[in-house]
Amino acid sequence: MNTHGVWAIYRFEMARALRTLWQSLVTPVITTSLYFVVFGGAIGSRMQEVGGVGYGSFIVPGLIMLSLLTQSIGNASIGIYFPKFTGTIFELLSAPVSAMEMVLGYVGAAATKSVVLGLIILATSALFVPLRIEHPLAMVAFLILTSVTFSLFGFIIGVWAKGFEQLNFVPALLVTPLTFLGGAFYSIDMLPQPWRTVSLFNPVVYLVSGFRWSFFGQGDVDVGYSLAFTAGFMALCLGVIAWIFRTGYRLKN
Amino acid sequence: MHDPILAVAGVSKTYKGGHRALDTVDLEIRRGEIFALLGPNGAGKTTLISTICGIVTPSSGTITVDGHDAITDFKRARAKIGLVPQELSVDMFETVLATVKFSRRLFGRSGHDAYIEELLRDLSLWDKRSAKIMELSGGMKRRVLIAKALSHEPDILFLDEPTAGVDVSLRRDMWKLIGRLRTRGVTIILTTHYIEEAEEMADRVGVITGGKLLLVEEKTALMAKLGKREMDLALVEPMATIPPDLAEWHLSLENEGHTLRYVFDAQAERTGIPSLLRKLGELGITFKDLETSKSSLEDIFVDLVTERRAA
Ligand SMILES: Nc1ncnc2c1ncn2[C@@H]1O[C@H](COP(=O)(O)OP(=O)(O)OP(=O)(O)O)[C@@H](O)[C@H]1O
Ligand SMILES: [Mg+2]
Repeated sequence: MNTHGVWAIYRFEMARALRTLWQSLVTPVITTSLYFVVFGGAIGSRMQEVGGVGYGSFIVPGLIMLSLLTQSIGNASIGIYFPKFTGTIFELLSAPVSAMEMVLGYVGAAATKSVVLGLIILATSALFVPLRIEHPLAMVAFLILTSVTFSLFGFIIGVWAKGFEQLNFVPALLVTPLTFLGGAFYSIDMLPQPWRTVSLFNPVVYLVSGFRWSFFGQGDVDVGYSLAFTAGFMALCLGVIAWIFRTGYRLKN
Repeated sequence: MHDPILAVAGVSKTYKGGHRALDTVDLEIRRGEIFALLGPNGAGKTTLISTICGIVTPSSGTITVDGHDAITDFKRARAKIGLVPQELSVDMFETVLATVKFSRRLFGRSGHDAYIEELLRDLSLWDKRSAKIMELSGGMKRRVLIAKALSHEPDILFLDEPTAGVDVSLRRDMWKLIGRLRTRGVTIILTTHYIEEAEEMADRVGVITGGKLLLVEEKTALMAKLGKREMDLALVEPMATIPPDLAEWHLSLENEGHTLRYVFDAQAERTGIPSLLRKLGELGITFKDLETSKSSLEDIFVDLVTERRAA
């Protein structure tokens, strides 16, 4: 195991975040605060409680999830796309670093940033609304699992992307809509049929639901399904990454 | 060769578009030598280097680096290699020191500040160690790339056109550095368009065109074997035609009949010069000056490549 190599990549990626601290951490915090002002304050005051939880508190897990997904994908995809774009990837490819070690460095750093971000949003939220966390261990587990899984997904997008537009394509056109429609700001029980059933095909429902269960002990679907879905998606991403390195897809000629 | 540090056997590469950039290349590099790879644009020099370094996957063939297969045992193989690429690809936002340290760790080595300092001083980069790379000139960026490639103390160094776009003084510095590396036992493989560079430094020369390695020779042997020598005689009286008595030397008239040129094989036992001079004396042809020159690698190279194209 080339631990020096993994550590070098990890530190390089973390340093990149520190250099752009503003973008990396402060922007999402401000955005989240805005959500609270609009959804929690302005609209939330007119909403009734959802399952015994005040609306402002109810949206916290969904908000964190939204940031986790977009930031994990964003960080991991730019992390691997940028060396491809500038040509510095030659050094990674010529180094005694295995595929697994490369993923460990890039995905590890992206996931770390997401977890830190999730915790910061959680802390920010606590300033606005009362919070309780019924299953803190499960909460942390979901936080890490989701960050890692979607950083893996971001890594794939970064390898696949041929331009900066494609880099933004998936987060903007897939993840954000799915999150909004995935019960981040409502319980899917509040939807009329057939939309409630249709929602069950939205993968983000399972992520948000599981995360919300760890806070309030209740979700739209059974927490087992949430766990199974996240683990399944992670396995899928790992499979795709293994294929990328075996074939050299868009990394090597 | 008994113990090559690098062995390339039957390596071919066909790019996705169907272009065959390497065609069954066989090459063995000796421990500690300086090997110059010559060839016109698009010959496959960079492709060959990239295949050895793991950046391009060969379509067929095997590569062995100091006994380690470059694919099945890639970690040990790659740890021995440093690569300075043709393109100036460096992280513009990093500082010189940070990027060199990064390279060393990436290649699995723990920090060694004294070595890094010496390396940067060697390359006249120490004063710039805290500068961001984007603030450096092109020549300095190239030196940063060299420092990165040497950061993990490789046994083999690839220099893909190290002196392209580099001024004369820096080029001299580069040659000196290569000389120092050689005394430390580093094996160096370089590509270049400047034949003088190969002539100055290389022990052996390989010529590649159209993905085929045409020849690999000791530089001196190559120059001796293919080198032609010329003798120019500056005539006192210009000449309109060459007298038939001189036919056996295949002379030519240059410089509007003021110069008589004799081209001969530098290797030959008998150059034919004494008999030619005797004959000239007999015919009463006098000359005021005599000059000989030998062909450079460049002449040899151009001959080879044009021959190949014509064939
Ligand atoms: N990624 C690629 N995809 C397709 N063809 C390529 C690729 N890289 C190089 N080639 C082609 O392979 C051939 C050899 O290219 P290569 O870069 O190895 O040449 P070179 O000898 O290094 O040339 P130069 O002296 O210009 O650097 C060229 O015809 C080039 O167009
Ligand atoms: Mg080249």
